[in-house]
This record gives sequence, structure tokens and C-alpha cells, in this order.
Amino acid sequence: MSDAYAGLGDWTPEALGVDGAVRPVVTAPHPVLSREGGAVDPTAAETVRLAADLIATMRVAPGCVGLAAPQVGVGAQVFAVDVTGHPKAVTVHGTFVLCNARVVEATRWKPGREGCMSVPDLTGDVKRASRLVVEGDLPGTGAAVRLVTDGFEARALQHEIDHCAGLLFLDRVAGAHAIYQRKVYL
Amino acid sequence: MNELAITVIGRDRPGIVADVAEVLARLGANLTDSTMTRLRGHFAMTLICVGPAAADVEAALAPLAGDGQLLATVRAVTPDGGAASGGEPYVMAVHGADRMGIVAAMTRVLAEAGGNVTDLSTRLAGTLYVVVAEVDLPPGSAGELAGRLDRAAAELGVEVSLRPADPDLL
Repeated sequence: MSDAYAGLGDWTPEALGVDGAVRPVVTAPHPVLSREGGAVDPTAAETVRLAADLIATMRVAPGCVGLAAPQVGVGAQVFAVDVTGHPKAVTVHGTFVLCNARVVEATRWKPGREGCMSVPDLTGDVKRASRLVVEGDLPGTGAAVRLVTDGFEARALQHEIDHCAGLLFLDRVAGAHAIYQRKVYL
Repeated sequence: MNELAITVIGRDRPGIVADVAEVLARLGANLTDSTMTRLRGHFAMTLICVGPAAADVEAALAPLAGDGQLLATVRAVTPDGGAASGGEPYVMAVHGADRMGIVAAMTRVLAEAGGNVTDLSTRLAGTLYVVVAEVDLPPGSAGELAGRLDRAAAELGVEVSLRPADPDLL
């Protein structure tokens, strides 16, 4: 096991012990996307089910590298991320779900163009930290984790943590001429 | 439902956007896509709205142009379905010493490759001229096009770069 996995320990999606169901993804201007999600009990059965559902829903969406609970209509601080195989990813922690996550260190800010399943027709230029430290709880065990990451995985984590705080990339867009009609729908 | 293309250009001052938007709202014209910037200090806004007849909007905007400092035009346009281009999005950036014909030459190279410019800004700052264009390119054409842009830029004595503008789906 590489150092990159140290933060997750031996957690895997299988440790959730339930099969996830694919849930419908909601799109803006749905109000749940603009409300701060509530903190959750990471050991609660409903949190574990939600975590499994987020992974299942993320996996059926082509090109999707992250999905937050508000995007499936649940106002909770839970999200799934998996940037495995993405060409821009450097550090990769595989598939994981975090509850009650917060950014504790963010440095080396870089611009990049983002799209979101919940804003399907637009993209926007957004600055994100390319070095990131995040703390949160793992669903199921409830273990507290500290993840150190960078590059594309860092961008994905910030995007999902924003969802849990009721923010879309539109709230962080770099300027009046930094939103674009989406040209390719993956 | 009428779709109208409106342009408002003239001497900048605080409140032009609010004034124009208020007139449109009062008429029940729904402002859809718009862009506004200042071009060499001039206020410049282009927008599409849906609703009333062009003549009614023109008449309602006329008082804004009453002092001769603003020009507002309104024309009916055929709704465009906004069909997906299927092209690959790229950004072309050009900069160098100002001279005649930079935009003409560089965008001609894009056009001849089947590229469609979807967003464009040019700025003259002192003697420095800058062009930034978003362009949809036919799939697989970027490599060869980059070479042709390099040659055109060399003839003009300017620098050019072409890079993918692919968004990351998160």
C-alpha cells in the first residue's frame, strides 16, 4: 500500500457492506443544491446507504469523478470521489466517500475549467488549490481521516466539499466572461 | 414568441445595464443570453431577449438614447436551436506588436481549418496587441492547425498558442 492510501487505511467501498442504488441526479436551480448540507453520523445506516448510492450513481455516469449528496437531492455533508485513471490526476486515493469533510490547508491555487452534472449546459473557469489537506469521517467505521492530495483529485474534493456547503462552481467563477456554453456532453 | 437581438453602445456611465434591463422587464421581454464589456472605454452590450415586438422595444429604449450618448438597436432574429457543434473546444491566444491585419490573418487560418470562433476578445494596450479566441475545431485537426497558426504568426511577427479548453466534469 502506498503512502497515498495511508489516510484511508484499509477502507474500501466493499466495507460499506451494502449494494448501492443509482439515484436520479438533480440539476440547478433545484434548491437543495444551494442549501448547506447537514452534518451526518457517519456510522448511521442511512449514511452508509447514502454513501453506497453515491458510489453507484457516480459509476454509471460517464466521466464522473465525484458526486455529492445534494446532487441526489439529499442535503447532507457526504460525497464520493474517484479520479482513478484521469489523465490530470497525480495523487489518487481510489474510490472513497467522506462525511463532514472540511478543507484544513489549501495552497498553490490554479485556474481550470469545470463542468458539473448538476449544471449540465455550462462550464466555468474556477481557481482551486492544487495542494490540499482535507479532514473528514469515513462512512461505516466513522474513522476520522486526514487526506493529503494534489492536482486533479484536490480540485474534485474542493468541488464536492463546495456542494456540501450549498455552493456550485458558478459561485466561484473567475469573472463575467468566464462561463461558457458546454460544448461537449460526456 | 419574438426573439430579439439588441445592441446598446455608447458613452459609459453607471446605470446603463439597470436602465436597459428595467425597460425590458417592464415590457415583459425576458432577457436570455447577454454580454457586456467596455471597449476602449465605450459601453458595449449585446443581448437576446424573448417577448414583445421589435418596434415596441425600440420605442421604449428610445428615451435612453435621447441625449445622443447611447445608440440602441433592436432587430428580430430567428431562434437558433443552439445545436451542438461536435467540435473540440480550444483557446487561441495571440500577442505581439500592433499592426494591421492580425485578427484577419489569424482567424482566416482558423476558418480555413473549419474552426468556428465562439468567443473573442481583442485588446490594444500601448503598442501591445492581444487576441484571445475560443474556437471549436473539427476533431483531430488541432495538431496540423497549430503548425499553420505558427507560420501565420511568424509572418506577422506575433506569438500564438493553441491549447485545449476541455472542461473537467466533476
